[in-house]
Amino acid sequence: MNSLVLQTASRFLLPLLLLLSVVILLRGHNTPGGGFVGGLLAASAFALQAMAFDVESARRMLRVNLLAMVGLGLTLALVSGFFSLAAGGPLLKGLWFEVPVLGFDDPIKIGTPVLFDIGVYLTVLGVVLTMIFTLQEVVE
Amino acid sequence: MMLSLAILALLSVAAPWVCRYAGPARGVVLAAFPLGIGAWFASKIPAVADGGAIVETFAWLPELGLEMTFRLDGLGLLFALLVTLIGAGVLLYAGSYMQGHHQIGRFFSYLIGFMTSMLGLVLADNLVLLFIFWELTSITSYLLIGFNHDKKESRSGALQALMVTGLGGLAMLAGLVVLAFAAGDLAGVPGGVWNMSELPEGLSGHAHYPWIVALVLAGCLTKSAQFPFHFWLPSAMAAPSPVSAYLHSSTMVKAGVYLIARLHPNLATGTAEGLWEGLLIGFGATTMFVGAYLATRQTLYKRLLAYSTVSSLGVMVMLIGMGHPDAAAAYILAHAMFKGCLFLVAGIVDHEAGEKDVAEIGKLFQAMPATGLAALLAGISMAGVPLAPLAGFVAKEKMIKAGLDAGPLTALLTALIIAAGSFTVFIAIMTGFKPFFGKAQREPKKHAHEAPWPMLAAPVILAVLGIVYALVPALFATPVVTAAGEAIKGGPFEAALRLDAFYYYEISLALGLSLLATLIGVGIYFGRGLWVKATSPFAKLDGVVGPAKMYDYAMLGLTKGSWAQTRVLQNGSLQVYIKMTLVAILGMFAWAIWRTGSLPSVGTNFERTGLLEWVLIISIAVSAIVATRLGSRLATVAVLGVIGYAVAVVFALYGGPDAAMTQFAVETLIVVIFVLVVYHLPRFAVYSGLAVRVMDLLLAATFGGVMACLVLAAGSQELFAPISAYFNEAAMPETPDGQSAYGRNLVNIILVDFRSVDTLGELVVLGIAAIGVYTLMKLRDDHEGVPVAEREGDEDQSEEGDA
Repeated sequence: MNSLVLQTASRFLLPLLLLLSVVILLRGHNTPGGGFVGGLLAASAFALQAMAFDVESARRMLRVNLLAMVGLGLTLALVSGFFSLAAGGPLLKGLWFEVPVLGFDDPIKIGTPVLFDIGVYLTVLGVVLTMIFTLQEVVE
Repeated sequence: MMLSLAILALLSVAAPWVCRYAGPARGVVLAAFPLGIGAWFASKIPAVADGGAIVETFAWLPELGLEMTFRLDGLGLLFALLVTLIGAGVLLYAGSYMQGHHQIGRFFSYLIGFMTSMLGLVLADNLVLLFIFWELTSITSYLLIGFNHDKKESRSGALQALMVTGLGGLAMLAGLVVLAFAAGDLAGVPGGVWNMSELPEGLSGHAHYPWIVALVLAGCLTKSAQFPFHFWLPSAMAAPSPVSAYLHSSTMVKAGVYLIARLHPNLATGTAEGLWEGLLIGFGATTMFVGAYLATRQTLYKRLLAYSTVSSLGVMVMLIGMGHPDAAAAYILAHAMFKGCLFLVAGIVDHEAGEKDVAEIGKLFQAMPATGLAALLAGISMAGVPLAPLAGFVAKEKMIKAGLDAGPLTALLTALIIAAGSFTVFIAIMTGFKPFFGKAQREPKKHAHEAPWPMLAAPVILAVLGIVYALVPALFATPVVTAAGEAIKGGPFEAALRLDAFYYYEISLALGLSLLATLIGVGIYFGRGLWVKATSPFAKLDGVVGPAKMYDYAMLGLTKGSWAQTRVLQNGSLQVYIKMTLVAILGMFAWAIWRTGSLPSVGTNFERTGLLEWVLIISIAVSAIVATRLGSRLATVAVLGVIGYAVAVVFALYGGPDAAMTQFAVETLIVVIFVLVVYHLPRFAVYSGLAVRVMDLLLAATFGGVMACLVLAAGSQELFAPISAYFNEAAMPETPDGQSAYGRNLVNIILVDFRSVDTLGELVVLGIAAIGVYTLMKLRDDHEGVPVAEREGDEDQSEEGDA
C-alpha cells in the first residue's frame, strides 16, 4: 500500500500508540488495562506501520526477532514465578516490595506480577506480529 | 539423594557450555560429577546393608497428598551405583568417542539427562514419581537412539523403541494406579497407597490382582525387551556406541527388571505356579533362549551384543520369577560389567579400526592390546567359562543351580539354560576373542591403532572389576548383592557369593553342565557356517511372521487408519467443519435435555433494555444479515468487524471495560489478519444447491436460537455461589493478613496473580500457535500452490484463543 495519508498518520500514531500501550500495561493492576490489551495495542501500532510502509520497515523498527520476543516474554513470565518459590511460597504467588523513589512522597510498589504482565505483553506482541507479518510478507 | 538428582539435572543443562569451554577435557570434567555422586552412594553401602533404607521426602502437591519420596535401599543402591559409576566411565569414553561431532554439546546434554532420569527412577519410592522418571528415560533414550538423525535407521530405530516402550509405559501407568488403589483397599486408605515401601501384604488376594500383574508387566516386559517385544533393542543399536553401552546394556533396559524386582515382594504369590511367577518364568526363559539363539545368526558386533543382552534380560526376569534374588542380583552386577565392557570395545573397534562386522575381522590384538585384553576378560566372563575367576562364572553357576532346583520345571528350564548358555559361549567367542585373536578375512578398513586413554579407562576397569568381583567378593560384590537380594526378597537374606566358583574342587552336576555348555559353544564357533545354514529356515519364518514384522504391519495399519479417518473428518472443507461442530453441540444439548427430562427455565428480564441497547441489538442483527448477503469477502470482513465493535460496546455498557478494550483491540487485529488472508481468495461463489442452503439456514437458525436461550437460562439462575466477593477481599490492599494482591482491577489480578498458572499455559499455547503460523507460511515457499484456504482455520483458532 502506498498512501501518503496513512504513512504520515503512522509516523505520528506509532509512538503515541506505543506510549499508550505501555501506560495501559502499567496501570492495569488498578484500572482497566494490563499486559494483554497493552500487547495487542502495541501490535496494532506495528501492524499499522507494516501496512503504511512495508513489513521490512516495521521489522527494522522493532529491532528484535519476533519469535525471540515470544521466548523472552514466556521466560519473563515464568521467571516471575520463581521469586515466590525461592521465598518458600507456591509458584507464581505475587510478591510485592515497596521501593522509596526520590521525589515521590509515597514509596512505589513493585511486584512480581508486574514482571509477569510484561511477559504477557511481550508474548502477545510477538505472537500477533508473527502472524500478521508472515501473512503480509506472503502478500508482498 | 535429591541433591544428587539436582546436580545431574543442572549438569545436563550446562553440558553444552562445558563442552564448548572444556574442549578435549570435556569427558573428564563431566565424568567427575557422577563419579563423585557414585562415591557418595558407595559410602552408603553399610547403611543399607542390613535391610535399612535412607528416605528423603519433599512435599510436592500436599493438596492432593502427593509427596516426592525418594528411598535408597539395597536394590536402589545396586542400580544407583551402576547408573553413576558406569555413567562416569561412559561420559569419559564419550568425550573422546564423540570428538569432533558438531552436536557434541547436545549429545552430552541428552546423555546426562538420561542419567538423571534413570537415577531418579531407581530412587523414587512414589509410584507417580517412578512413572515420570520411567517415561523420561524412554524420551531421553529416543533422543539418543535418534541422535544421528540424518540416518533413516536411527530415526526408525528411535521411533520403534519409543513406540514399544511408550505403549508398555501407558499400560503400566494404568497398572500402577490400579495397584495403588488396590493397596489402599487393603490398607484402609481410600486415596490409595502411593509409596512402594508402604504397600501392604496380601495384594495377590485382591480381586484386581490379575489386572495389576498384567498391566505392570506389560510396561516392564516391553522396557526390558522381553520376547516378543525384544525387537526394538537391536534396532536401537543405531545409537552411538557409548549410548548402547550405557542405556541399552547396563541401565535403561534393566529398568523393567528393576521394577519387577522392586514389586516382587508385594506381587509374588510364593509359589512357582502363581500368576506373577509363572509369567516371569515363562517370558524370562523364552526370552533367554530366543535372544541367545537370534544372536548366533548375527555378524555385526553391536547387534550380536544387543541380542545377547536380550537373552541376559530374560535371565534376570526368569531368576526373579524363580525366587532366586541373589542369583538375579549377582547376574545384574556381572552383566553390567562384561556387557558394558564389550559394548565399549565394539565402539573402539568401530572408531579405531573402522570395522563393525566381526565375521570379517581378526588379529587386532597387536594393534590394540589393551582393548583386546579387556575384551578377552569380558568375553570369558560372559561365557562363564568354568573355573575362570570372573564375575560371569559366579553368576552362571548360580543360574544353573537355580535351574536344577526348579521343581517340576527342572528338566525344561535346565535344558533352556544350557542351550542359551551354549549360544552365549559362542557369542562371547565372537565378540571377545574373534576380533582380536581370530582369523582375519581381510585387512581392517582403517589403519587400526590403540584407543586414547579416556576410551580405554572404562572397558579396562570394568574387565578388571570382573576379576575383583570373583576373587575378593567381600570388597564390593557380596555387600551390594546381599543388600539388593534382601530388597528383592523382602526379608533378611545372606548372599553366598563365597565363590564356590573359584575354590570349586568338587565335581558337581552344575559344573558338568557348565562345561558341556562351553564345549557346545566352542563347537558352534568352529562349525558356524554350517550352523547358519541349518537355522536359515527359521530366520525366513521370522521375516514373515516375526514380532518385528508384526510391528511393521501394526504401524502400517495405524498410518492407513489415520489417513482414512483424516479423509473423512478433516476433509479440508470449512463448511463441513462448522456443520460438524454445530451438530455435535446441538446433539449434546439434546442429550442433556433427554437425560434430565426438563427444559431449563429461561429468564425474561428485559427491563434494562433501553434505547442504546436496542440500537446495538438492531445494528448487530442487521450487520449479521448483511454479512451473509455480500458478494465481496473484504466487505464481509468489514461488516463482521462492525459486529465485533458493537459487542465491545455492550461489554463497556455492562461494566466490563477490560473486556471491551480487549474486544476492540482483538477485533481490529482480526480484521487486519482476515484482510491479509482474504487477499488471496477469489470472490464468493455459490456451489451449493438450494436444498443445502435451506438446510444450512435451518441449522444456523436452530443453533443461534439454542445459544440465545442458553444465555438467557444461564443469566437467570445461579448454580454456584459467585466467588467475586472472595476475589475482592483477597485483592484489596487493606487485607489485614498481608496476603493481599495489592490491586483494584480484579480482571487483571485474576490474570496475573490468582490464576497466573492458567495465563502462563495460555501464553505457551499462543507461542506454539505463532510458531505454527510461521512454519506453515515458511513451508509454503517450498510448496507453492497450496491454497491458503486450507490454512485459514489455524489462524482463526489462534485468534479466538486470544479473545
